[in-house]
Order: sequence, then C-alpha cells, then structure tokens
Amino acid sequence: MIRLIPRVENSTAMILLSPLLALTLTAISAYLIFVSILVDIEVSSVFYTLFVEPLTDSYYLSELLVKAAPLMIIALGLSIGFRAGVWNIGAEGQYVIGGIAGSAVGLYFYDVEGFWIIPLMALAGILGGMFYAGIAAFLKTRYQVNEILVTLMLTYVAVLFLSAMLQGPLRNPSGFNFPESRLFHDSALMPIIWQGTRVHIGLIIAVLLSFVAWFGIKKHIFGMQIKISGSAPRAAKFAGFNDNKTVWYSLLISGGLAGLAGLFEAAGPAGQLTPGLPQFYGFTAIIVAFLARLHPIGVLFSSLLIALSYVGGENVQIDYDLPKSITQIFQGMLLFYFLACDILIKYKVVLFKTIR
Amino acid sequence: MNYQLQINNITKSYGDLKANDDVSLNIKPSSIHALLGENGAGKSTLVKVIYGSLLPDRGEMKWLGKSYSPKNPFDAREQGIAMVFQHFSLFESLTVEENIVLGLDGVRLDENFTEKIIKYSKQYGLDINPHQVVGDLSVGARQRVEIIRCLMQNPKLLIMDEPTSVLTPQEVSDLFITLRKLADDGCSILYISHKLEEVRQICSVATILRGGKLVENCIPQEHTQQELAEMMIGKKLIQLARSNINSGEDIFSINNLSRKSDDMFGVDLKSISLSVMKGSIVGIAGVAGNGQDELMELLIGEITSPPDTLSFKGNDIGNLNSHQRRELSMFFIPEERLGHGAVPDMGLNENMLLSRPQKSEMTSYGVIDWQNVETLTQKVISDFDVQTFSTKMLAKSLSGGNLQKFMVGRELTQNPELLIVAQPTWGVDAGSANNIHQALIALADQGSAILIISQDLDEILSLCEQIHVLSEGSLSTAVDMTNKGLEKISQLMVGSED
Amino acid sequence: MNEGLLIDIIIGISIASVPLIFAAIGELVVERSGVLNLGVEGMMIVGALLGFVVQFHTGSPFLAVLAALLGGMAIASIFAFLTQFLLTNQVATGLALTLFGLGFSAFVGRGYTEETIQLITSVHIPILSDIPYVGPLLFSYNPLVYLAFFMVYLVWWFLFKTKQGLVLRAIGDNHDAAHAIGHKVIRYRVMAILFGGAMAGIGGAFLSLVQVPIWGEDMTAGRGWIALGLVVFSSWQPFRVIFGAILFGGITILQLHAQGFDIRISAQYLSMLPYLATIIILVSLRMRLKNKTNRTVPNCLGRIFHSTT
Repeated sequence: MIRLIPRVENSTAMILLSPLLALTLTAISAYLIFVSILVDIEVSSVFYTLFVEPLTDSYYLSELLVKAAPLMIIALGLSIGFRAGVWNIGAEGQYVIGGIAGSAVGLYFYDVEGFWIIPLMALAGILGGMFYAGIAAFLKTRYQVNEILVTLMLTYVAVLFLSAMLQGPLRNPSGFNFPESRLFHDSALMPIIWQGTRVHIGLIIAVLLSFVAWFGIKKHIFGMQIKISGSAPRAAKFAGFNDNKTVWYSLLISGGLAGLAGLFEAAGPAGQLTPGLPQFYGFTAIIVAFLARLHPIGVLFSSLLIALSYVGGENVQIDYDLPKSITQIFQGMLLFYFLACDILIKYKVVLFKTIR
Repeated sequence: MNYQLQINNITKSYGDLKANDDVSLNIKPSSIHALLGENGAGKSTLVKVIYGSLLPDRGEMKWLGKSYSPKNPFDAREQGIAMVFQHFSLFESLTVEENIVLGLDGVRLDENFTEKIIKYSKQYGLDINPHQVVGDLSVGARQRVEIIRCLMQNPKLLIMDEPTSVLTPQEVSDLFITLRKLADDGCSILYISHKLEEVRQICSVATILRGGKLVENCIPQEHTQQELAEMMIGKKLIQLARSNINSGEDIFSINNLSRKSDDMFGVDLKSISLSVMKGSIVGIAGVAGNGQDELMELLIGEITSPPDTLSFKGNDIGNLNSHQRRELSMFFIPEERLGHGAVPDMGLNENMLLSRPQKSEMTSYGVIDWQNVETLTQKVISDFDVQTFSTKMLAKSLSGGNLQKFMVGRELTQNPELLIVAQPTWGVDAGSANNIHQALIALADQGSAILIISQDLDEILSLCEQIHVLSEGSLSTAVDMTNKGLEKISQLMVGSED
Repeated sequence: MNEGLLIDIIIGISIASVPLIFAAIGELVVERSGVLNLGVEGMMIVGALLGFVVQFHTGSPFLAVLAALLGGMAIASIFAFLTQFLLTNQVATGLALTLFGLGFSAFVGRGYTEETIQLITSVHIPILSDIPYVGPLLFSYNPLVYLAFFMVYLVWWFLFKTKQGLVLRAIGDNHDAAHAIGHKVIRYRVMAILFGGAMAGIGGAFLSLVQVPIWGEDMTAGRGWIALGLVVFSSWQPFRVIFGAILFGGITILQLHAQGFDIRISAQYLSMLPYLATIIILVSLRMRLKNKTNRTVPNCLGRIFHSTT
C-alpha cells in the first residue's frame, strides 16, 4: 500500500527533480499517444521537429524568443498574484486592452516622430491593463465577487471590444475596409535587437523584469506579504498586511504587465493592431507560471520551454499536416504531470507493508 | 474480574515516533476511568485505536470478553463504543437532528427520530432543540449535541476527550450529573482531561501515559493535583512566584470599546473598559464564545476602532494596525497557532517576520536581511527550548507545545512593554506550559505589562493579580479576590445561560 | 410583435438554457461536496465533440449522448485522481483540465469541421403537443430538455431527501468532522466529480446535437464559465439554477433578436451582454448579502483534504 507522508521541510532535491520528472512523463505519454494516432508517420521525427529543430536554426530560434517574451512578462505578473491566492485568469483580456490602449496612442501620433512615443505607448499599455484588471480588484474587495469569473468574463468582452474598435475608430482609413489599423510608423515600432529577425527590445525588458521580480519576492517584505496572504490570510492580518491592498497590488501588477505584453506584441512582431492580437498568451502564461512553480527565475526557463513547444508545434503543423491543438494537448498534459509530481516536494511516498 | 474493555500491548508508530509503546489498560464496567498525560503522551493515539480510526501495529483488544479489532469507527459504534471529540465533529450549516443522524448508522431522519432525540435529551438532562442550526448554538449546547449523538447509540463505553475545557463551572456540574447517571446505567466512561481537580472529583481510577508508555495506574482521590501532574510530566514542577509586583502606573487602557460583530455567529462587544499597570499581569477569564476572538482582533489591530478606545503610553491607538502597534512596543500572541500566529507552510525563520516592528534588525526600507533573521531565529530556538531540526522547519511540523514556545519567544525577544496573549498554554504539554508561565512572570518582573485572555481558570488564578470576567461581550470590573473570589468569578462567567 | 415570435423567443430561451442547466447542476453537486472544478468548459467541449462524432458515424442520438456522458466522466476522472489522491491545487488542475479538453477536442475534431449531422428530433406527444400555444411551449421539446429539468429535481431530491445527500453536504461543510465520524470523504467527492463530468458532457452534447448541427473549436464560447457563475448565483440551491440559466439563456436569445428589432448597437456590443450580465448579476447578489454572513457557501470549498489515518 502506498502512503503519502507529509515532509518536515520542503525537499530541495525534489524542487529540481520533479519538473524534470514531469517533463519526462509528458514526453513518454506524448510519444505513446502519437504512436497510436499517427499511424504512418515516424514519431521520433515528429519529436525532433517539435523539440530539437527549432533550436538548430537561427530563424526558428528567433521566433522562439519572440514568443517567449510576452509569455515571460505576463507569467511574472501572474505568478505574483497566484502566490497571493489571487487568480487572475483573464490576463488575455488585460493583454488585449493594453494592446488597444498603447496602439491607440501610437496611432494618434502617427505623423509625429520622436523617441518618446514608444515609452508613452508602453505606459498606455500598462495603464490600460491595470485599469482592466482593476475592475476585478474593485469587485473583489468591495463585493467579494470571485476574480476568476470576473476576469474571465471580461476577457470575452475585451476580444469583442477589439473587434469593435478595429471596425470603427481604429480602422485604417485607407485600408480597403479591412478590420485592421494603420501600420505603425517608425517611432511607434519596437526597436529590433537581433537584426533580420522579429526579436525586439521587449525580450531584454522581460529578462530584466524577472530579476526585479525575483528580488521583490525573495528579498523584500512585499514578497513575504504576498506569500503569507496566499497561504494564511489570518496570519497576514496578524502581521499587519492589509488584505485588500494585497488583492489590488496583485491584480494591478499582473494586469499592468499583461497590458505591457499586449502593447509589445502589437508594436513589435505585428507592427499594427489586428484581430490576430489575442494569441492565448494570457492563458498559456498561466501554464508557464505554474511550471515555474511561481518563481520568477523559473518563469524565465518555463517560458522558453513553452515557446519552444509553440514554434515546434507550428513546424509540425506545416510539415506533417497536424493541427495546432497538438501543442495545446501537450501543454495541458505537461501541466497535469507537473501538478502531480509537485506533491513529491511536500510529501514522501512510502510503501507500507501491512503488519497484522 | 470482568473487564468491559481490555487493551493489551498496543503499539503504534508514526515513522520513527512511537506514539503508543506497549500500552495495556483495563476498564471496569460502570466506572469513570481517567486517561491522563501531556500532549504528545499518546492519549489521542490510543483512543483512536480504540475507536477504530487507527489500526495498531501490534497488540490486541478485548471488548465484553470477546476479541475486538475495529477496522473503522463504524465497527466501533456497532459494538457499542462511542466518542465525543475534543474538537466537535459538527456541521455548522446543518440542524441538530441532521448532525445527529450523520453520526449514527443505519438510521434515517424522520419524525420518529426527532422524537427519540427529545426523549434522550430529557432523560439525561441535556437540553437541546432538534431544529436549530448548529452554527447558531453556544459551545455548551454544541457539546450536548455531540453527547446525545453518542448516547443514541446506546453505548457501553463512552470516550470523552477534554470535555470540560469549553464549559462554565455550572455546565461542568451538570455534565458530571449526566456522567454519573450514565455510569450507573451500565455505560463506562473513558475520560481524557488535563483538569486534574475535576479528574479527582469524578474519576474512580486513572491511567497515566508518558512518552507513549504506560507509567502508572492509580486512584485519583488518593493523590494531590500536584502529585498527579508530576506523575504526568515525570519531574517536579517549578513553583510560580512573583518577585516584583506592579508599579502603580497605568500603561494601557481599554475605554468603552464596543463593536457589533460582522459575523452572524459572532458576539457583540459592549462597552469594554479595563486598565493595566506597568509590571502587572491582568487576566480576562471566561469560557470560549463570549467575545474573546472579537476582543483579540481589536486589541491586535486586525480590526481598528475609534482612536480613543485604546490608549497606550498616553497615546490613542485604536486606529493603528498591528504593525504600527508593534512599533510602539505592543506585542501579541493569538490563540490560534497555525493559520494565525504562524504560517503552517513556512519555516520558522520566515515566521519570525510576522511580528517585526518597523525599526527592527530584520528589515530596512522593506528589504529583508536574511542573515539577521536567521540569527534571531536561532536565538529564539535556543532561549526558549524549541525542539526543532532547523530554523527552516515548517511550522506545521512542530508539536503544539514547541510552536507555542517559539511564538512566545518571538514576541519576548522584542522586549515588549505590553504583551497581550490569548490562551498562552492551550494544547501545550505541562512541561512547556510551565516554561511559558515562567517566561511571562519574568517579563512582568522586569516591568512590562501583560494582559492574558484565557479559558483556563487555573492559569489565570496562578498568574494574575487582577482578574476580570468576559461574559456575552461584557467585561466585569476587577474581581475582589480577597473574599470568595472564585465564587464571584463563577457567577460572572455564567451571566445569563443559553 | 406577434404571438408567434413571442413563442419562438420563449422556446429559444428554454433551449439556450439547457446546456447551462446541465453543466451547472453537475458542478453544483461537486461544489456541495467541497470541490471546485474549473474544468467545466473543457468537459463540455469534449462532450460536444464526442456527441457530434458519434452521431455522425452511427446516426444514433442515444449512443451520441451516452458517448458524451462517458467522455465527460473520463476527463473528469483525471481531475478526480489528481485532486483527491495526489492532493493537487484545485484551481490549477481545473484550468489544466479546461486547456487539455479544448486542445483534445480541437485535435480529434479537426476532420469534422465541414460535416453536418442529423439533429435530435423533438418529441410529439399526441393531443398535448397540439394544443395551441401551450403545445409547442411545453410539450414539444426534444427529450434532453425534459431530462435537464428532471436532473435538477433529481439532484434536489438526492441532496435534501436522502441520507447520502446529507452526508455529501456534511462533507462540503466540514470534511475533517465527516472523516472523523467515518464517512468516506474521498469516495463521495470522486463520485460527485464524475457526476459533474457526466452532466457537463451532456450539456456540451446538447450544443452540437440540438442547437447547431455543426462542430467548431470554440463551440462552447465560455458557457462552462458561465455555468460556474450560475452555481454561485444559485447559492448552491438546485431549483435556482433553472432561474439563473433562463436568465442567461434569455439574454443570449434577446441579443440575437435585438438586430431583428432594429436596435442600432453593433453586433460586438450585443455579444458582450451575456458576459457582462454574469458579472452584474454576481455583484448584485453580493450586494444583497452584504449585511449577512454568507451561510450558503459550502465551507470546505476548494480546501484540500488530508486524511490522517
């Protein structure tokens, strides 16, 4: 009989091993599933295309980084909130609103040049995301309405709003009635840091943010506030932390970061505001955050991993005519295994022989 | 000799810890049998084995002469063994009769059942209303529900775990009448309690466990409380004595503090007033559920009140939060350890940060100096004899007594000028409790003021020179202890019955 | 506006509310036992897919619904295993379930996006269905609609009139006490979770088998999440689920008809209505309760149960 015995201290060995274990189990399951479904395709070459190929080619590598940046930024914000027990599931909506707000600023100044335009757009993006997440914070602190439902409902609203904006006020006047904005002018585009690719300065900002977040969580009392609020709300009050403030901080930070990511996406790889802005980064970032065990530096690595699965997934789609949803299945499975293996950190698995 | 229950050589281990080590025990019919021991001595484990919640590693039991090895509580109940838990197994959102039927097997809820409940309640003098929602009941009433739930199984053995820790003195007498009646009717009682005076009153025989082993079987009436306590901990208790009583100067006062409770099940506080002098220990006695939680929240600052309702060192502080109060040198120890006074999933070092005042060595401008935190944690662990493997040990892995010593140490190392503590030794083994009492007395002798809220009358009587009683949200004035003080306290505690 | 249109609207509302009723009544039982399963959307879409696929290949509505039911249960069992035996975080696991369900159904359904199927036909009860007005309004639905309302009654009866239902409610109230008395907390919760999966599966199948005869990746469009809101809105009382579902169904239908009424709001804003309404209704519920402690929430909702034997 197998029993779970709580550990006295969290096992540091397992903190490193369990993600690897989860990864291995996912790979094995994925292999088995593919083998059974994909009858006439060489499964190991699918794996190669999915995981290894993107790393060998500089173009694919750059695309990996392009995708990793928004995931990193959003996941950092989410991991802070999740630690506090504030579940911002609607980061996708805040991402969209931030993208709209920032793009609107850029479009407003479309005939003006200046180095200050991009930072202003970024600020607008952050504020837009913060405002949108703030709605949920207000409803939660004032009326105790669950933030999961509010942020989620608002996500659907945000996507519809984007569509309305692109067919209305933000539509390109000389664009043949397509629901798209003007192409952003030079001052409104994110500076590219890797010539010849779409990798822009957002990546550097993302990495910097993860170190800032790491510092904030580990070294600053704010990190303790978040951790304690999420773990034992009464103890948080005992320590003098204001419950409501924690909720507001969590949502404003995650909303603001999501909004920033939205603006980076619109002003970076896209170069304009289109209906294609929402790419589920907001939802995938949830997986990234959990895979990182809500740790800022972990987010760095897990966002790269998930980005890899995106790029690899696209290649698999093209090369083998398999749908995009393969990536989603893989990500879902990874999360399942990850959560399952997580208990090894808190519990010891012991085999009992019943003596009687 | 016909024993009702015979327990032979029961052993049960959790990993390396031997909770029960070769324990044997015999219970006679119609007897009230005490099971004594500190927290961690193995009483709960033994009782769970009897009740079928745990399977022993070795050993055997005989019930009514026949071999007995229950696989779960259903088996135990079926055979006639019932248990009233210390922490009631009640469901707050359900009614009394729904709660009762959940504890019985093979019975459905209908009018016959409700009538049966009323019959039992009358027969044993346990007054309850079957249709009330349990969440609305007082603690004494809830216990009556638990007891009736057991009695309706017509048990031959009733196990009671710390039954009187939540009762007023009057309720205790009523309970004893019920228990004696039960014993006379042929139901034996296994009575677990640390209230030694009560044990001497009602139990005919006592078994004492220490460190998982059986150390003594004796007749309680033949020993003093002191002797019984010493048998339980295995060494002599240090006598408590104040060397330096108060200086006459008020340092803290509560002024007409009232508050309506937000919670439907809560107690409203009515115009509470009290003052504490430097170097004195003031106690607030009273049974749980009379407003202690609400009062503590206001004293800590988790909930604020109008500024002038609380004054400390001449300042109005009612509107300050806990953090700000600590800056003024007020410190607190709440009743609930895990989840309130300490975060269960965090290590002791991280838990130190819960009560750091602004100007402490632990943080500067919000940045944590982990090295310093580590040093301070070590200091608390060694100064207060906290048994732990490391400074990173999770709070939930410590025993109650050790965690309490840690919490007391955490606050005392800050050199509080005022310490407010609720239930300082609840659930703590006698040895650690003694240490904590010593530490509190030492603190007062140095000139600090202490306010203790406790349900344990013995504790209040032994520590405090000024005693108030909290009943239904109202605080009495200081009780004159020179003339029939104990009676006055009992009367005040009762107030108006439920 | 003529009576014909009014009847169409009422019938439309009833039909729109059915998937929500199924999903919500299932989740209600789960939450009553103290578990929060955010995977409703994932379970619904899997049900929608399996129902469609089986109907497409076999033409048998019965098998289609059965497949949807079993499919919902199957993926719910992953959630049950992780949260009840491996003690994982319920929020994260529920989300993973939704993501996995969406991906899985999109993957398996990729070959069916161009296909259509035979819809489940409505009942025709002799005499009753032919009564003018009342006939179409009450007696001419397809069997699943009646099943939905029946399930609500069944759940009410189970929770409040049987001992097992009482035990389930007790577990949601205080799982430690229930365990101490000897009730099998984990067993009840697993059963509740599987039931929730079955109901969500049928709810999803209703979408693809009755409402629209096609398959699309985003068919459920957030209904699973709305169902979660419905459970809160109903204060965990079964009959109120119907009320809430009709309210939301109503808003969805009215939004579709609004264009017919020549209301000059662009389509996107109208489409936002159901989602905004969910939020507004949840807020107004809280505003009503502001001065009373919420006694109806199952006390143990979302908390992990550690058995200590």
